[in-house]
Formats: sequence, C-alpha cells, structure tokens
Amino acid sequence: MRPRSLIAITAALAAGALTLTACGSRDDKGGSDDKENTTVVIGVDAPLTGQNSATGLGIQYGVQIAVDDANKKKTVPGVTFKVKALDDKAIPATGQQNATALVANKDVLGVVGPLNSGVATQMQQVFDTANLVEISPSNTAPELTQGKDWQTKKSRPYKSYFRTATTDALQGGFAAQYAHDTLKKKKVYVVDDKQTYGAGLAKLFTSSFKKLGGKIAGTDHVNTGDKDFSTLVTKVKNSGADMLYYGGQYDESQILTKQLKDAGAKIPLFGGDGMFSDTYIKTAGKTSEGDLSTSVGVPVDTIPAAKEFIAAYKAKKYPGDYGTYGGYSYDAATAIIKAVGEVVKDGKVPDDARQQIVDQVQKVKFEGIAGPVAFDEYGDTTNKQLTVYQVKDGKWKAVKSGTYDAG
Amino acid sequence: MNTLPQQLANGLFLGSMYGLIAIGYTMVYGIVQLINFAHGEIFMTGGFGALSVYIWLPGNTSMWLALPLMLAGGAVVAVLVAVGAERFAYRPLRGAPRLAPLITAIGLSLALQQAVFNWYPDAKTDRVFPQLPFGPYHIGSVRIQSGDIFLVVAAILCMTALAFFVRLSRTGRAMQATAQDPDTAQLMGIDTNRIIVIAFAIGGLFAAVAGVAYGLKYGSVKYDMGFQAGLKAFTAAVLGGIGNIYGAMLGGLVLGVAEAMATAYIADIPGMEQLGGQGWASVWAFVLLILVLLFRPQGLLGERVADRA
Repeated sequence: MRPRSLIAITAALAAGALTLTACGSRDDKGGSDDKENTTVVIGVDAPLTGQNSATGLGIQYGVQIAVDDANKKKTVPGVTFKVKALDDKAIPATGQQNATALVANKDVLGVVGPLNSGVATQMQQVFDTANLVEISPSNTAPELTQGKDWQTKKSRPYKSYFRTATTDALQGGFAAQYAHDTLKKKKVYVVDDKQTYGAGLAKLFTSSFKKLGGKIAGTDHVNTGDKDFSTLVTKVKNSGADMLYYGGQYDESQILTKQLKDAGAKIPLFGGDGMFSDTYIKTAGKTSEGDLSTSVGVPVDTIPAAKEFIAAYKAKKYPGDYGTYGGYSYDAATAIIKAVGEVVKDGKVPDDARQQIVDQVQKVKFEGIAGPVAFDEYGDTTNKQLTVYQVKDGKWKAVKSGTYDAG
Repeated sequence: MNTLPQQLANGLFLGSMYGLIAIGYTMVYGIVQLINFAHGEIFMTGGFGALSVYIWLPGNTSMWLALPLMLAGGAVVAVLVAVGAERFAYRPLRGAPRLAPLITAIGLSLALQQAVFNWYPDAKTDRVFPQLPFGPYHIGSVRIQSGDIFLVVAAILCMTALAFFVRLSRTGRAMQATAQDPDTAQLMGIDTNRIIVIAFAIGGLFAAVAGVAYGLKYGSVKYDMGFQAGLKAFTAAVLGGIGNIYGAMLGGLVLGVAEAMATAYIADIPGMEQLGGQGWASVWAFVLLILVLLFRPQGLLGERVADRA
C-alpha cells in the first residue's frame, strides 16, 4: 500500500470515528413512536465506561428499571418514558457537554446523575439555567446543595438540583464515630485522591475524628489512575497507624488495600460510599477482608420494597453494581416520574413543563425502595440514614445503620 | 524503624518494571527513530495474553507450571501485536514525515485500549490476576513480595540475554549496524526490514514479561494499565538516553527510586509538606528528567544525539 493512500484512509477513519462519537450525544431525538402517547425522556449522566463505571452502570440501569415499571404500570397516563444515558467518563468537562446535550433535547424533562461530585459542579449551572431538574443518586459533597460556605452559612446555589444521597458532612462524621467509638481506633492515616468527593470526605473524617479525641498518624494524596502504592503503604505501616482512611473511589482503593496488606500492615482500610462496590472485593480478593465502608441509606437488600427491584436487575442481567446507588437511582427517577405525572396531563406537555417539574420535585413525598423520599429546602434528602459495611467472608455485611447529627 | 532500605527496594522494583517496558521504546527508536507510543498497550496486551492462558488452564494447575505457560502466552500475544503494528501501521509510513507514524502510534494506542476494553470479557474494570503461592520474604527490615522477586529475576535475566544477543549474535550485530546507518547497512547486505521486525518483537517480548510481572505484583490487570506505565517507561528511556538499551534499564531504575524517594521523604522536609507524597511523585520524577536533560541532553548513557534528532 502506498503511504499516501494509507494516510488518506487513516484520515477518513479518524474523521469517521469523530463523527460517530459526536453522534452519540445527538441521535435519538425521542419522538413519539406510539401515536397516542407522548414520549418523555429521562436523562442519565454517569461514568458508563472506564473509571467508576461499575457504580455508574448501576445508576443507568436503576433508572431503566424505574422507567420500565412506570411504563408497565402506566403511572402517568398518556406518557411513555424513555431513558437517554450519556457517559461522562467521570470527567467534569464531559459531564458539562452531556448536560448541554440533555438540555438541548426538548423531550428531556428530568435528569438522574451524575455519580461524581466533581462532575456535578460543572453540570449544575447548565441545568439550572434551563430549569431542568437534576437529581443525583450519589453526590455527597455538601457544597452542592448548601453552598460554598455550608459550614457557617448555608445557602442553596441551584434550585433545580436535588439528591437522594446524604452528604459527606454526615458520612465522614459517621465513619469517624464508628472508627473511634466502636472499633476503638486511636491513630488513623488519611489518604485521599484529590477529587471533590474524596478530598472533601477525607477532610470531614479528619476533623470529626480529631474532635472525638483521635490522632491522625499522617496524610497523603494519590492521583486517580495510580497503581503503585508501595512507597505509600510503607509509610503508613511505619507510622504506627491502626487504620487507613481513604477518601476516593474503588478504582484506587481496591489496589491500595491489597498492597497495604501485602506490605504486612494488619490494619483495615475504611472508605466512603465511592468504594462500596462488589468490584472492590472481587479485585482485592482476600486482602479486602475486614475492610470497612460507609454508604448512604440502609442496605438495599434489607428493604422489602427493593426485592422486586433486585429481582428485575438480576433477571435482566444488567451489568454494574446495583448495591451502591441502584435503589437511590430508582427513587430519583421515580421522583421525576411522579413530578411529570403532576405536570403532564393527558399527554399534553405545557410550555413551562421543566419549571413546573422542578417545583413538583421539591414537593415530592413518597415511600421509595431505599427509604422515604422527600427533599428539604436545600434539595437534600430528608432521609439521613447511613450504614457501615464491613467485608466478611468476601461480602459486604452491614454492621451498623443509623443517623448522624452533624451538630 | 528506618524505612530507607524498604523504600529503596520499592523504588528498585518499580524501576525494574519501567526498565523492562522502556527497552521496547528504546530499541525501536534506536533503529527506526520512531517513538512507538502504542508500546504501553503492547505491555497491556501481554498481561491480558498471560491471563487468558491462566483462565484456559484447568483450575488446579500449579503456579509453577502455569507461570511459564502464561509467560509464553503473554509473549505470543504481545509479540504478535508489536509485529503486527510494525507491519500494518508503521511500515507503510516508513518514508513519510516523522509526524505521520507518531500520530499513527497514538491512534493505535487508543485502538488497542478500546479493543481490549470492549471485547475482552469483563475487562471494563480490573481483572484479577493469579498470584505466586510463596512469600513474602524478609531480608533485614526489607519485605519482599513474590511478585517483586519474579520482577527482579526476570529483569536481570532479560537484560543479560539481550546484552549478549546484541553484542555477540550475528543478528545483534546487524541491529547495531542498522542503528548506526540503515542505508549503508542495507548496502552491506543486511535485510533491514527483518531487523526492524526483530526490534519490535524483542520490545514486545520484554513488554510481555513486564505485563506478567505487573499482574503478579499488583494482583490485577486493566485495559488502561499501559497508559501511565508506558508514559513512565518512555520517560525512563529518555532519561537513560533513548536508543541505548542499558540506558533504558538504568533510566527505569533511577526513575523508580526517584519516585519512591519523593513519595517517602519530600514531605518530611520542613516547608515542603504540601509538595511531597504520592500525589507529587510524578512531578518530582519529571523535575529530575528536566534537570538531567539540562546538563546531559543525550540522557544518562546516551550518545550521538546530533544525528538523530
């Protein structure tokens, strides 16, 4: 083959690939395939490939099941719901592009997502300008709902943003309390991944743990995508810490815990909901035994209402982990569906439907599959349940559920 | 307890892996002056090739029997990918301007990553890699994992074999000749196309060994593992003097130790608390690279840069 023709082909392929990628966010305008029914699209934004994708897929299919249920039960007469899932790859800029694409699609009346707090910071403004309701099943950074100065003066930055997950202010404190009071840990080494979620959680854990009288043996930060933690775990081991607290996602912590135990440190790793995933145990194997994690809500499989959801998820053989946010995603989608039911009558979508739906979501109150669903004046869930899980015999076992008063 | 010996060891283990991968960059560059950015992905396919062999073997196979087979499987896959890349992606562009093969390499790297991501079963997240059933060992205060032992032994054996091969064998001398002057070498009757294929194959072979070592050391392989490792190995090759195989190994070791020292100790220097630790390790590694290149632009062991660049 002549070099020139090869360049031409490569260029053509590259151009083709770029066009295809661009299509991903533009195709599927919805439209009504059913003559009588109006199509309402519920957008999903989460990492569906790469980092964090196990939990991200759990969100996508949690919403899918909620939508399927609503269509089957005809929750909103005259409306057929559809899911439009976009992949943000856990990259804030991609999330913002997705938000713009969802806003531009007239059929989208609500969005579930994103997974990552750092991505959410880039999406809120876009949705708020368009009055499009956004409910995150998993964002836990306090400033998303309570403003930058949430510790001193709470003020809600975006009226269209809600979440079904509790905040890190509670999660970090809950973890610190459990580590100090129940596990009797005295010296903790704190590591985070420098992301909005991870760094925030680590900071809140640190301050609560100190307040309880615990000591911090040392702190360090890792980069997302790091694989070699041998130097770090040597430092942890030599610091004499009796626990390692990690603020971040399972992608790094599952490798970190293995190297920690391999280095001979017999201390557990404790993390937040970002690492509460079956993938964590699968990858870390036996070395994950005894590790802990807090997560939002009470365990999905202990709630009778969630049984059908889990059965549906398993029956459809959906990929990803439903355990972390699947239930919350289902509830977030249901909140949007219920709001749509109040606004769209007989399949007629009013001109200011998006604005009305934001108002309706604020008022929503129902018994979800992961607990009661309602939002306070900041858009936070009124369900402040948290649970500590521990790896026992290769499974996450709930060891303590409760609420935490940030005080 | 003094952590210096352990941290040095950590750095040397990490550096051995960088070195093994860096060989592939440096050999290819030495002969065709091409920076094969897809080499990190060749390393990754080596790891996945070995994993496939392990999965295919009956469940009760002893690791002693499985490991050589896994190495062979990883090597076959990585060498095939490397040679295939040379034949179908780089050779057609041999006469083209430098930028064309470079961009092709980046495209190939993305394509390989996505191929494994999409088509290898359950490769969307980490795939668990089997572990050697012995270790850890203690030498003084230093704790050594079985995976690290494999890594160091493999690195030493591979380097020695390569050194002898390049110096003493007929093919090895032909490689040296091609590296010095491809046109004259061809006039002297050396089949330069064959030599180039061999350079890619050896790079692939070393990458496969590194891929297996990676799996044994970290307990899992992932479709994107080649990105960061490849970047660091490329840095190691430049640090040691690109085109020089001993330089690649030395560069790898220096880089590994530098990262370990930066992670372990910089935060202890008063006033530097914010600039140390794992998150800054790469920054310090690149500071070192810049310093070395300022004073020795040809790298630690490099030579004859003028007629290359």
